[in-house]
Amino acid sequence: MSTQTLIYLFVGLSFALYIGIAIWSRAGSTKEFYVAGGGVNPVVNGMATAADWMSAASFISMAGLIAFLGYDASVYLMGWTGGYVLLALLLAPYLRKFGQFTVPDFIGTRYYSKAARVVAVICLIFISFTYIAGQMRGVGIVFSRFLDVSIFWGVIIGMGIVFIYAVLGGMKGITYTQVAQYCVLIFAYMVPAFFLSFMITGNPIPQIGLGSEVNDGSGLYVLQKLDLVLTDLGFAPYTDGSKSMIDVFCITLALMVGTAGLPHVIVRFFTVPKASDARKSAFWALLFIAILYTTAPAVGAFARLNFVDTVNQTAYEDAPAWFGNWEGNDLIAWVDKNQDGVMQYSAGTAFEGTPVFTEERGASGERLLSNVPTPENTNEVYVDRDIMVLANPEIGNLPGWVIALVAAGGLAAALSTAAGLLLVISSSVSHDLLKSTFRPDISEKGELLAARLAASAAIVVAGYLGIYPPGWVAEVVAFAFGLAASSLFPAIFMGIFTKSMNREGAISGMVSGLFFTFAYIFYFKLANPAANVAENWLLGISPEGIGVVGMVLNFVVAIAVSKMTASPPVEVRKLVDSIRVPRGAASAHVH
Amino acid sequence: MENEQQGQETHAEDGETSAVENAYWHENVRLLVVLMSIWFIASFGCGILLRDWLDQFSIAGYPLGFWFAQQGSIYVFMALILFYVLRMRKIERKYDLDD
Repeated sequence: MSTQTLIYLFVGLSFALYIGIAIWSRAGSTKEFYVAGGGVNPVVNGMATAADWMSAASFISMAGLIAFLGYDASVYLMGWTGGYVLLALLLAPYLRKFGQFTVPDFIGTRYYSKAARVVAVICLIFISFTYIAGQMRGVGIVFSRFLDVSIFWGVIIGMGIVFIYAVLGGMKGITYTQVAQYCVLIFAYMVPAFFLSFMITGNPIPQIGLGSEVNDGSGLYVLQKLDLVLTDLGFAPYTDGSKSMIDVFCITLALMVGTAGLPHVIVRFFTVPKASDARKSAFWALLFIAILYTTAPAVGAFARLNFVDTVNQTAYEDAPAWFGNWEGNDLIAWVDKNQDGVMQYSAGTAFEGTPVFTEERGASGERLLSNVPTPENTNEVYVDRDIMVLANPEIGNLPGWVIALVAAGGLAAALSTAAGLLLVISSSVSHDLLKSTFRPDISEKGELLAARLAASAAIVVAGYLGIYPPGWVAEVVAFAFGLAASSLFPAIFMGIFTKSMNREGAISGMVSGLFFTFAYIFYFKLANPAANVAENWLLGISPEGIGVVGMVLNFVVAIAVSKMTASPPVEVRKLVDSIRVPRGAASAHVH
Repeated sequence: MENEQQGQETHAEDGETSAVENAYWHENVRLLVVLMSIWFIASFGCGILLRDWLDQFSIAGYPLGFWFAQQGSIYVFMALILFYVLRMRKIERKYDLDD
């Protein structure tokens, strides 16, 4: 069977599986729609959380980032896993004991205030939409490269699938499709990694392979060889970073705290039966995530070695087929600066900006560009980091079914995260805005219908953002983590660990953390990108890491204001007492 | 045990925390402080602040600081959560507050 047929087959089968699960697990009540009935097994929930958490960015982009950033990419590895320690130890069991449906539920009840609830809803919607646009884009890229469908139709098909299982099944449908999606995506990630590790080091386990010798007879370790090869080409050594220590520190911390404050992750812990199950579930989630996250550094390093090996000093005419394929998708480009027909790859950018292709072909058959080549370096190759994982099976000459598997895996990663995000958006609209704030008399049936309508509307908006991505989408992922770290996390944390934190303190803390972080990122990323250099940053902290300062500000303002205003009422102190002990999770509602 | 539980319920009604719940909570917080310190040392300590110094050692082909940043810290995170799950089960049984 040809590779293309295999791709259609694998992607088609995985879609059929998701739809089958959706029909089997339709939601009949709001409790099923919001928290899957609250009876999900902790291991199952751990697996669903892992799929929910690992997005197109983890599956497609992360290994590419590691390949090109080396040590600096450790911020993502530690940041996106360390947050689970915060979740398991500081948040999840208590939020499960509280036993409601959404994150704004907790903030609104603990701070006895509709205003606090609405502030939380605003943070949640902003965070989730920033995040979801990236997922739909990932769906579009996979479709256009592997299925020969335009990005427009790719996104429409993706929207259709998510619509079926998210709108019909709610959290119940999403949970069980996410379990299936985890299996597809982890299998798709690991198979090429085993192959690559075996090819390069003779040891199939990537985590061990990365610490082994390269089997080319040189006696060098993988990381030593990589450092050597890259410094030869003028790059910084792979195991050294170029970011300052304070920036690495702050970005890592902002990503960790941001992870623990992301509503679509937190809400997954509302679906298990007991508070102790929430802890167990966090362990399983991190275990399932760690399988991919400890493999990614190996995939990144192997991919970089392979890429230099196959591309540098190779005549364009002899370049492997994948090079032309990705060139056809605008993600690779080559400018023959010295007119020798051979590709020279080294440090520096080959030309200014991102590639703009003309319709013509050059002397060696390459696609010509209208970009201005940069004369000050000899690098002739442009490569988009995102192709590394997707192109890996082709770079490593792996069989067609592996390529098909990776296509299905990339789609599983993007769709599972998109569905989780859509759910928190729709439940915050139907539950927090309608039922709890503006229309308390709405019936159970009406609320369920509103949740489904809100999910449908959110899908349409997400699809639009995927098809016509505003230029700022890639620039503002920092927003999602920074805002979660500076607004939601401190409010939830203080709500559990101090009884004296009151309404006034929590609201002013959230608002100041949110405002400060938003303004800082907005200024450097959107209003004045030219000024986005280390000399202008506050304390040398980049917009990606500024959420940490926002978080500190939130804590300081909240504590100061709460000292000056009335302490919270007795019922709230009782509520805190009750969420601190695990017994009686099923009936913990103090309303 | 029964007496403790009753005491807990009567206290809960007038807004006071019972002695058992208090002791349980303090033991929990003490455990959290220890585990969060290890969390900080493994990631921010070994992976970032002490990395350059640790890189003079190596574990197989990994410089040690680099290994902590890209592999070791993640293993430590998993071990921490697992330890907390098991330890809390014991503590909750001890105070008879398990779910």
